[in-house]
Amino acid sequence: MTSRRGSHSPAGFGKSLPERGLLLLVLLVLLEGSVLPLGAAGSPDTSHHTKAGNSAGNGTGNVTHKKAFPVLSLDYHHIQTPFEISLWVLLASLMKLGFHLIPRLSGIVPESCLLIVVGLMVGGLIKLAGEEVPPVLDSQFFFLCLLPPIILDAGYFLPIRPFMENLGTILIFAVIGTLWNAFFIGGLLYAVCQIQPANPSNLHQLELLPCLLFGSIVSAVDPVAVLAVFEEIHINELLHILVFGESLLNDAVTVVLYHLFEEFSEVGTVTVLDCVLGIISFLVVACGGVLVGAIYGILAAFTSRFTSHTRVIEPLFVFVYSYMAYLSAEMFHLSGIMALIACGAVMRPYVEANISHKSHTTIKYFLKMWSSVSETLIFIFLGVATVDGKHDWNWTFVTVTVILCLVARVIGVVGLTYMINKFRIVKLTTKDQFIIAYGGLRGAIAFSLGFLLKKELFPLREMFLTAIITVIFFTVFVQGMTIKPLVELLAVKKKQEAKRSINEEIHTQFLDHLLTGIEDICGHYGHHHWKDKLNRFNKKYVKKCLIAGERSKEPQLIAFYHKLEMKQAIELVESGGGVKMPSAMPSTVSMQNIQPKKPPLAKPVERALPQLPKGREEEIRKILRSNLQRTRQRLRSYNRHTLVADPYEDGLGDLLIKKQKMIELEKKIKDMNNYLTVPAAPPDSPTMCRARLASDPQAYHTKSVSDSVPAIQVDLASPQSPDSVNMMDEFRRAGQQQQQQEDQGLTMRPPSRPGEAGGARDPQKLTRCLSDPGPSADEEEDEPFLCWFLSRPKQR
Amino acid sequence: MGASQTRSDHEHQHLTDKTGFSLEQIKNLHKRFQQLSGNEETISKEDLDRIPALANNPIKKQIIGAFFDKRNQHQDEVGSCDEIGFEQFLMVMSHFRPPTLKTTDEEKEAMRKEKLRFLFNMHDTDNDGTITLEEYRKVVEELLSKSGAIGQEAAKAIADAAMLEVASTNVPHMAPDDFYEGITFEHFEQILKGLEMESRMHIRFLDVDTTTMRCGKSTS
Repeated sequence: MTSRRGSHSPAGFGKSLPERGLLLLVLLVLLEGSVLPLGAAGSPDTSHHTKAGNSAGNGTGNVTHKKAFPVLSLDYHHIQTPFEISLWVLLASLMKLGFHLIPRLSGIVPESCLLIVVGLMVGGLIKLAGEEVPPVLDSQFFFLCLLPPIILDAGYFLPIRPFMENLGTILIFAVIGTLWNAFFIGGLLYAVCQIQPANPSNLHQLELLPCLLFGSIVSAVDPVAVLAVFEEIHINELLHILVFGESLLNDAVTVVLYHLFEEFSEVGTVTVLDCVLGIISFLVVACGGVLVGAIYGILAAFTSRFTSHTRVIEPLFVFVYSYMAYLSAEMFHLSGIMALIACGAVMRPYVEANISHKSHTTIKYFLKMWSSVSETLIFIFLGVATVDGKHDWNWTFVTVTVILCLVARVIGVVGLTYMINKFRIVKLTTKDQFIIAYGGLRGAIAFSLGFLLKKELFPLREMFLTAIITVIFFTVFVQGMTIKPLVELLAVKKKQEAKRSINEEIHTQFLDHLLTGIEDICGHYGHHHWKDKLNRFNKKYVKKCLIAGERSKEPQLIAFYHKLEMKQAIELVESGGGVKMPSAMPSTVSMQNIQPKKPPLAKPVERALPQLPKGREEEIRKILRSNLQRTRQRLRSYNRHTLVADPYEDGLGDLLIKKQKMIELEKKIKDMNNYLTVPAAPPDSPTMCRARLASDPQAYHTKSVSDSVPAIQVDLASPQSPDSVNMMDEFRRAGQQQQQQEDQGLTMRPPSRPGEAGGARDPQKLTRCLSDPGPSADEEEDEPFLCWFLSRPKQR
Repeated sequence: MGASQTRSDHEHQHLTDKTGFSLEQIKNLHKRFQQLSGNEETISKEDLDRIPALANNPIKKQIIGAFFDKRNQHQDEVGSCDEIGFEQFLMVMSHFRPPTLKTTDEEKEAMRKEKLRFLFNMHDTDNDGTITLEEYRKVVEELLSKSGAIGQEAAKAIADAAMLEVASTNVPHMAPDDFYEGITFEHFEQILKGLEMESRMHIRFLDVDTTTMRCGKSTS
């Protein structure tokens, strides 16, 4: 972007570190403005007095000026700057918190609007209190501190695939669209200002170049505003990436145009050479920014290769390298936003392969936190800055600006889409175009750029600022608030909430290779071909350099699979070991269902149950506890007594109660020996069911074995079905021996009423099992599933 | 020259109706076909094998196999041929056409089904209507084959997990004794619903002739 060194910055800025610069700046600003009188206004005087008094005392010897030693004194001035910064941040965050506590509000009004309103109120309060409003949205502060976190967050988590797929479209919208907007608005504004010759107003002194400059400032779609609004409407990925990508990439155009017109305004005339230079400048700014970002990104990736021993500072590298990329780009007047995006996007795949999981989480949360705070502050400051500042309201200018902005956007989008659709495979429909046009929000960047204008060159600066603010308010409030209902009304496709499944990943890769192959057979080098080449280059050379260790060779599919496994494992742990449902839909399918059936080998001898040591029992119990949910489901449909199995779990709350029961039951396990139960026949194979009933009546009552069960594998990988038949034979024998020792609780029994004690049910149970299916559908699953569980592993 | 030109035009016209390509696209593809077949009437597997760019493709065999698979000819035949003519070549290529602005929703649906069917046929090598676990494992292995020595275990684990996912999504409540035979076409459609095949599985067929630059002579 343009030089952010506005007229407000101290000299020699480029030399000091940004933090020092910021503090210096803010201090300067505050000293200028003598800000929010929080705390006693008199306290600085008191402290100065005391100091002066003491020094005077020391200097003149024994002039007794002895005051009592101040036990408690107030020295606001000392901490004023950081205190105020923290106060603002706190205020912003509390506001954000507050909005979400009010139930309906956040659904209707987007957060950005609310924050601007809060800013207006705060600004109003300050003004009422008679103090001068601090120039909070100072361009320096904005561009160096508030904007980078948001852009880095966007760039780091940019979905690369859709971005690259639509890059052509995005670039056309960003570059040509913004140019069109700028010239259209600027030109027509100038024309409008020139009419009414009979009524000379100060509009007439508006030259063409300032108009064009104004047009270029106000025409750029703002990433902050777009992010803030689009995040809440959950629109489909394509539209999101189109509008958002445009808002990011038009930075380069805005930089060049702004700079260009500013320079020309000083000079006063434009030549063809200047235009050519302008185009070259654009290319330099854009490509230079991306290059700078890419270099820093690669550096960061390379650094992260060596951080395996100092995991704690890994996130720091990501942040610092990115920030330096931004600052370096700014230093050369290149596009800092594009540098940040490039840096984040380039470093991400390699850094993520190198850093630990905790660092990854840290980076994610820090970025989200900073960008959230920044965004909140920006909107609040926008409100505050509106209250302050001399406004020069000119009805004609402002209304014409607003109208022209809308009109230019619509015409631009429609016209460009017409051209683009000739080259796109997935065409943009009218609905899409409408959303793209409507989503062109302006935001704080425009305001800051306007703020940077020098008064001497642009006498109508206040009028510009007023108009800019009006446009911003209009887009954020009107368009921001109505876009959500419009999206609903037009039934625009929303974002798919489904998680990425491994099947999709496999097939995405498969498709990539397939399409590359078909292109090769067709003989032309389409973009699949080049993508494939890039991937291979990446794999062969780049990954080896930038990724540490073995992971450099890991194919993408496997990396994805590991990530998925990790995620599931974490979910399981976080959910407290199974109380919550696993993230996938409840399903009773387990690995055994898909393993091909082994021929049922008769190996009854091996089925003798070895003894289990006590420690193992504990393990078993733990495993059981942690897998309550899964087996519960399995059993639900599995219980032969519910022939019409109701598969759907409702009331997870029941689970907790049942978990209680389960713990009780586990105690019972201790009392039992040599009990194994047999899984009942599946409810949906009635013939089998009847067959088993006929042959093995007691099979359903064999007990669970607590300490004689061999290895219990509770995860999905235990094939069971082929051997269940055998087990039943054995258990029939075992069961017959132990029938009299039948105990409650761990037998396979029909659904019983919850809360009933175990024992009394058993005799009934026996008969019921033999004769008719039990009636109730909501059963105590704990007991059966326990048996089920204990019995399963036998087959391994 | 003139007679053969009109005759080939006529044939090509017939093909446009059948496959949906435009005349220019058919002409370009025909040139490519000639190039691949060495100006013969048919191409064989070896002809396609010889394409240098395909050498790096992990699923080369499956792709080439798909061309010779009779199921992709939409004529209810099964099995595979040894050689295919231009019409069959085009039929296979037609699976990769993108939808246009004028394609209605039903047509898009039909297109999606057709493309999914193509993929399904590629996986279902024994043509029993289901993708069994073995077949799926093979698919994943092939995908990972060019990626170095990660080994069979990972491929197996991934294929198993994927199969489990399909089963869980489509038949959520199976008893432990049930065996999930394999992915049927309906299940396949279901799991790949999110990918929007009609928009993703396409390549850009050229209207402008670029192959002549390589051929060195312009025929018509």
